[in-house]
Order: sequence, then C-alpha cells, then structure tokens
Amino acid sequence: MALDLPLIWGFILAVGVFMYVLLDGFDLGIGMLTFVARSDEERNMMTATIEPVWDGNETWLIIGGGGLFAAFPTAYAIIMPAFYLPVLIMLAALIFRGVAFEFRHKAVRPTTQKFWNGAFFGGSAIAALSQGVMLGGMIQGINVEGGAFAGGAFDWLTPFSLLVGVSVIIGYLMLGACWLVLKTEGDLFLRARKWARAALAGVAIGFLAVSLATLAIDPSVGERWGFSMTNIDFARLLPLSPAPLAGMFFCAWLWRDLSMPTGQGDAPDWRPYLLAVGVFLSGYIGLGFSLYPYIVPFEFTIWEAAARDNSLAFMLVGAGIMLPIILLYTAYVYSLFWGKVKPGDGYHA
Amino acid sequence: MEFDALLLSRIQFAFVIAFHIMFPAFTIGLAAFLAVCEGLWLKTGNEVFKRLYLHWVKIFALAFAMGVVSGVVMSYQFGTNWSLFSEITGSVIGPLLGYEVLTAFFLEATFLGVMLFGWNKVGRKLHFVATCAVAVGTTISAFWILSANSWMQTPDGFAIDPETGNFYATDWIKVIFNPSFPTRLVHMLLAAYITTAAVVMAAGAWQVINGRVTTPTRWQMRMAAGTLALLMPIQILAGHESGIVAHEYQPAKIAAAEGWCESAPVQGTMLLAWPADNECGHAGITIPGTSPYLFANAPKGEDLKGLDAFAPEDTPPLWLVFYSFRIMVAAGLVMLGIGVWGCFLWWRGGLDKKGLFHWLAVPSGALGFVAVITGWIVAEVGRQPYTVYGALRTVDSVSPVSTAQVATSLLVFMVTYAIIFTAGTVYMARIATRGFDDDPMGKPTRERRAPGSPLGAVDDPAETGEDIVAAD
Repeated sequence: MALDLPLIWGFILAVGVFMYVLLDGFDLGIGMLTFVARSDEERNMMTATIEPVWDGNETWLIIGGGGLFAAFPTAYAIIMPAFYLPVLIMLAALIFRGVAFEFRHKAVRPTTQKFWNGAFFGGSAIAALSQGVMLGGMIQGINVEGGAFAGGAFDWLTPFSLLVGVSVIIGYLMLGACWLVLKTEGDLFLRARKWARAALAGVAIGFLAVSLATLAIDPSVGERWGFSMTNIDFARLLPLSPAPLAGMFFCAWLWRDLSMPTGQGDAPDWRPYLLAVGVFLSGYIGLGFSLYPYIVPFEFTIWEAAARDNSLAFMLVGAGIMLPIILLYTAYVYSLFWGKVKPGDGYHA
Repeated sequence: MEFDALLLSRIQFAFVIAFHIMFPAFTIGLAAFLAVCEGLWLKTGNEVFKRLYLHWVKIFALAFAMGVVSGVVMSYQFGTNWSLFSEITGSVIGPLLGYEVLTAFFLEATFLGVMLFGWNKVGRKLHFVATCAVAVGTTISAFWILSANSWMQTPDGFAIDPETGNFYATDWIKVIFNPSFPTRLVHMLLAAYITTAAVVMAAGAWQVINGRVTTPTRWQMRMAAGTLALLMPIQILAGHESGIVAHEYQPAKIAAAEGWCESAPVQGTMLLAWPADNECGHAGITIPGTSPYLFANAPKGEDLKGLDAFAPEDTPPLWLVFYSFRIMVAAGLVMLGIGVWGCFLWWRGGLDKKGLFHWLAVPSGALGFVAVITGWIVAEVGRQPYTVYGALRTVDSVSPVSTAQVATSLLVFMVTYAIIFTAGTVYMARIATRGFDDDPMGKPTRERRAPGSPLGAVDDPAETGEDIVAAD
C-alpha cells in the first residue's frame, strides 16, 4: 500500500500552522493588549501568563517555514519571494517582540523601559498584521509564470489582504483576552472578559466580511461553495456548511460564556479560550475547503509542489516519532504552569 | 562589482548568519556549562555551583532569546532570498532542517520555560533534567545544521533529476554523514565550548580587576581556564583534521586559505601576504616545505594544487579566505595561551590576584566569537562560487526578487540587529560583570524584578541578594 505522502505532509503542515495560530496567537494577542495595561504591574501580570511558554509557541512558526521548505520546496520557492516584504516585516516584528520579553526586565532607565514595552506591543501588532496580510495574499492568489514567482514587490498589498490582516489582529486579540480570562484574577480578569467580548464581536464581523470578500474576488472559491452571481447551489453548499455553522455556534457559546455574570453559572475559566480555538478551527477548516488541494492557490497542488517521496517518507519517520513526543512534553510544561498568575509572588501551581 | 540582488543577498545572508551564529555558539557552550554546574551542585551539595548556575542562567536567557529570534530569520531566508537553491536542493537539505526542528528546536524552546521559570515548581532533579534537555537540544541542533552545511561543502548520496534539474537523495546515511560532517561537527562543538569558556573567564577577570572576588568568581575562572587549556589543543587537532578533509574535497578552498599560488609537490605555509604585481597577484612571507608535515596524508607523487590549477571563475575570493583563516588561528592560539596561563596561575594561587593576565583575559572574551565568525567565513566564502560545492553555483541559487527589495531588507536587518545587539550586549555585560555578593545572607535590596520574571521568585536569600540590576 502506497501512502499518499504529499497529502499526509499537507495535513501535518496544516496542523502545524494551526498550532502556531492558536498558541502564538494568544502570545501576540496579549502583546497587543499590554497597550491598555493600566500599570507596569498589570503589564507584568499579562506577560507573566505567557513567559514560560512563548518560546515553544513560536517554534511552531518554524514548522511553517521549515516544514514548507522541507516538504514542499516548490511552494516555498514561490511563496517566500512573493511575500518578501511582509515576511521581512513579520520577522523584524517578531525579533523585537521576542527580545522584548527579556529586555523589558533588564532595562534600567524609564525611556528604555518604555522603548521595550513599545517594542513588545508594536512587534506583536505588526507581526499579527503581516501574518494576516500574507494569508490574504495567499487567498487572492500569487502571480506565477514558468513555475516561479513573477509578480511585483507589492502584489500582496490590497484592500482585501489588509482586511484579512485586521481580522487576524482582532482574532489574536480574542485569543489573548481569553487566555487572560484563564490565567488571571480580579480586575484584570474582569476587564479581559470585556476585551474578549469586544474582540469576539469584531471576529464575527471580520469572518463575515472576509468570507464575502473572498467569494467576490475569487470566483473559483465561490463556485466551490455553490455561490455564483445569480444563484446559490445548495447541493454544493450543504456538505460544506458545517464549518461556518460550527463557527457561528462557537461564537454564540463564547458570547454566552463571556456575558454570564461571574461567580454564577457554570462557565469555567478555561472554556472561553477553548471556544475561541473552536471559532478559529471552524474558520480554518472553511479556509481548507476553499483552497484544498492547492498549496500555492490556484497554481500548484500539494502533489505538484511536494518534495520527492523518499524525502517525505524519511521525514515522516521522524515526525511520526517526534510529534507525539513534542505534544506530550508541551502538554506537560503547560500543566506545570497551569493555574492563575498572582501579583507579587510569581507563578503558582 | 555591481550591487545587484545577488550580491546584496549574499551580503545579507552573511550578515544575518554571522549575527546568528554567535548566539548558538555561546548558548551551546553555556547550556553545557549550566548543566555541569547544576549537576555538580546536586552531586556535591556545594552552594557555589548553585550560585554559578543562577547567575549564568540569566545571561543564558538573554542570549537564547537573541538566538531564537535571529534563528527564525534563517528558516525564512532560504526561501525569500535563495528560492532557486531551496527548490533545487529542498528534497535533500529540507529533511535535515526538518529533523532539526523536530528533534531539537521544540526540546530547547519548551524546556527553556522550565529551566527559567520552573525553579520553584519542579523538584531539583526534574529541574536538572530540564537543563540537560536544553543542553542536549542545542547540541542536536548543531548536529543537523552542521550536517546540512557540510553536505553543501561535500555533497554526497544524491542524484539530479534529469527532468526538473532538482536534487534528490539516493542514500540518506551518505547525505547526513557526508565526508566533511564528522570533523566539522566536532570543530564547531569545541568552538562553542571554547567561546563560552573565554567569556566566562573574561567576566571573572573583570570581577578580579574590580576587586569583587568571591568564591563563585574563583570557581568560574578555574573552570574556564581548565576548559580552555584542555580543549584548545584538541580544537587545533580537530581544525587540522577539518582542513585535511577540505583539502581532499575542496582543494580550491585550501589553496586560497594557504595562499598557494602554483601547484607544486611541496608547499609552504604563508604567514602574511600582500597584493603583488606577479602572476598570482600576491606575495608573502612563507615558511617553506611544511606541507609534508601538515598534509602528510596527501597522495604521494602528486602536486598540491595551487590557485593556478583552477579556472578563475571556479576559485573563491582570495583575501577574505586567506586572512579570515589567519585571524581564526591567531585567536585560537591566544585563547590557548589564556587557558595555559590561567591554569598556571591557579596552580600558583594567583588566579584571583589582579595582574596582567586579567587585563588580557577581559578582551580575550571576544576572541571565541572572532574565531567562530572568521572560521565560518573560511568555510562559506571558501566554498564559493558554489552554494553546493561543485553542483550548484551561487549565481544559480538566488531568488527572482528586485535589488530594491533586497536593499530594503538588508537595511532593516542591519538596523534591527544593531539595536538588539547593542542592548543585549549591554544587559548581558551588566549581569556578567557585577559579580556575586559573597554574603550568603545578603539582604534582598532594591528588588526591582517583576513578579514572574525569570527567577524573580527564587527563594534563596544568597541569590535574591545578588539578583539586583547593579548599574542604576
């Protein structure tokens, strides 16, 4: 029996990117939320909820870059030059965000402290925006000729990609706020619930706007979902409809959890984050329906862009052994730092 | 020389990788040092090793963060600037990098959290396991990166698809354990330990100069001196072995590094060279007749190839390779001297008494980095004009991106790295130089660390007393 290796690797890569989004997503969201922190203490509380885990979270991004290189070199060789500037901007933003985790605490003068706090916030926001813009650029398509990128330096910059960029920012804010609901108490916890609710409203609007815009700019996506200028083909829409319906369901449930008076009802503090992941997952699966099986939308399928089968098989052995181990020890480290962060006494189990 | 996208991409790659390599080189060594300190503390119960650990782990956190952020850049750089290289070699090199992520990156990054923030959360043994996991992770990382890079130097176990022109692996063992890999891995790992030892020595010497000698200061200097004196001679042998392998597979690189002009059965060792108006374009001071000793394994009766044996378009740039090689060797010899002298002083009981040694040891703290960067210049520039030696030229590897884009990114990286390098060095130097408070019951004064920041909640009075940013 021959395994469909490109398909398997497409799936692993998709899971890896999703892991990045839902893990570093809350890091970046909290990075942006530090902007509204009322004091240094509150800002430190916020960063304390992610400091032990952000490094591992960001590593999933290397699965995105390195995994694409390893499993789909042709796609990597097209997508990276196409997004040369947004990749550059994202990397520079992640550099500032990453070192700011440490440098914030080491700066002595108030001006340098402000600089690194600003770098932390700004780096998080710009990284989120550029990730969203690249996603938008992927959906709207890349200009390919003769198997290589043939577009301009700013092809990725369109109103549509900016819309996706802003939506991703709001989505990360929602993940970040929900993470704070899980990890904090008191005033910050109450405000995080408000932030999460506001972000959720934004996410709902953003998803709707991006979906409609996608149908409008990409007729081939519209066709898949059964939408054309004149009518709706329910035979096509119905099998795919669970994804958007699940998204709406998770949005509604999350809204209910976040609106429930605290101390009453049965909404545990871990549920909002999980529901927010549900919202993201529904959107992500919907995106998969729109783009599958293309890895360079609508130019190269995963089979056309894949590395040699012997390379994919060689890596699959490693991934099959290592990914479960990675997930296990990641879960272990998360469980180690489980529980609310309290002011003044560091981490508490 | 035209500043086109190719040249700018080469400059950018050289810049971002030279910046990046300093941090892995330092953190591979420092992680091993930390694991040794924590292990010694657990075994002997001597508090001095615990204090060394808690002191250096703060510097490790900073260096590691800088290594991570500059490392993420590398995983995208291949695609943004070297997309043809990526497409052509992806099926061979990609899996090696993939294995690095799977076996090393996650291990280091995840257990770093436990190492930095788990001091009060897990038992001593488990914390030691986390430190070891990070140390092992950094070493595994070096394994795969050196394997991938060595394959670019001495490609083996691959074939070329006649239809697409892309490379594919025919034998993974030959790809991973390609001819230059074993010696180069040893050379790099030793370089990492030596670099760290030189830094640890410099920080101790600075404390001696400033009259802040404490028990941990003495121990860190002893450990550093011992490491340098022990490993530098081995490193010279490892470097020599590496050169012999390069001579066998990449004779043009060695011809440039040695400055050999013409092929001859016996070559000398050129100490210095300068441009000259002769056939090979340079002249210099040479110790004649050294090759039978240095390259004893070279096939008898055959000429040792000089630069004249290669077409000009197949040779690497002479001066950069030639002088980088000499700077690397000189830096190594100085560090050997520091190590031997340091051990001598240790023996005579003068290691903690201020003297000329300490004034020399402080600037020598930078020499490990100098040697690492110049050594990589010899390896990488010496491989030119190829990205995969003999198989893929650099000119055929570059991305179809505009000169303006590459100029922009080069500028952005230069500014970004200048800022974080300056800040990071200042913060690390502050911690490294302020020394240890020798009063174990020292009061925690002016505690300005945030709750939850690295080791902010360490429950050890000796350590919290020391845990203050000194320079306000």
